Amino acid sequence: MQDPKNMTCEEFQAQMAELIGSGEDLSVHPHVQTCTLCRALLNELETIAEAARQLFPVEDPPDTLWEKLETAIKEEGNQTRS
Amino acid sequence: MQAHDSSPRAATASGNPPIEMPSRKTAASLQTADVEPASTGEVAAPSVAGAEADVLSRAQAGDHHAFAQLYSLHKRRIYSLCLRMVGNVAEAEDLTQEAFLQLHRKIATFRGDSAFSTWLHRLAINVVLMHLRKKGLSVISLDEAMEPTPEEGPGRSFGAPDLSLTGSIDRLALERAIAELPAGYRLIFVLHDIEGYEHNEIAAMLDCSIGNSKSQLHKARLKLRDAMRTIPRREGRR
Repeated sequence: MQDPKNMTCEEFQAQMAELIGSGEDLSVHPHVQTCTLCRALLNELETIAEAARQLFPVEDPPDTLWEKLETAIKEEGNQTRS
Repeated sequence: MQAHDSSPRAATASGNPPIEMPSRKTAASLQTADVEPASTGEVAAPSVAGAEADVLSRAQAGDHHAFAQLYSLHKRRIYSLCLRMVGNVAEAEDLTQEAFLQLHRKIATFRGDSAFSTWLHRLAINVVLMHLRKKGLSVISLDEAMEPTPEEGPGRSFGAPDLSLTGSIDRLALERAIAELPAGYRLIFVLHDIEGYEHNEIAAMLDCSIGNSKSQLHKARLKLRDAMRTIPRREGRR
């Protein structure tokens, strides 16, 4: 097992997904504590996530969609019976 | 001719408020729309869950009014998921209709092994992926989406950060980058970072481990970052 304190940036970034998957908090990882570049990388990813949360307005589907759905359900029912 | 008493609006007025779109902080609370908690940590408020169970039970028995209530409760989240996956209103409406049509066909087979909303989302996700596959887009199955592939292996993401990303992000560029993500990554990014689902909820929807959900989300964010770095920023645009 690699010593987290002596990782290069490449080694750390190669293991990021695995570390996250194992539940590790990367912000307190020894490499991140001492590496400005990798800390900035983590910040970038979080910035992207934050920006994405504000991208899309939330909307209901149009009321006509229920009417279409009802029609489709009835048509299916008719086909089943015939 | 539409029966007035079976419309979703009538259902809403009858005492079953629609679920509000989640903020990131409230995704877990949305499980109050679920019929029962699943083993993945989902929590349902007992009184609401009881009412939901009753509606679900009646819908399973063929009660059209109860089905309308279920539609009213879940339409927003399903439509939202479809819209964010395909980025097109007309297609999102069609996919939402197809998802609920499939729900109508299959609702009697729901056994309660997972929360109802989780089951419904999984159904809708399959409808969306099937649609994308038919369109010939870069689609992978749910299972494949959760499996690491060689091209996404370790080391690919290596690089110094682009500090220009920190602070302001070109909105259109980000939308485009999300739209161009492979469907599996887009799905997990949409579910977590946009829709606000927690990893335990996503793991239940996609039938994967929580760790897998976390690592795939990380890879999706890295892909977005890579895409953002290759898209030229426009002068004067934030």
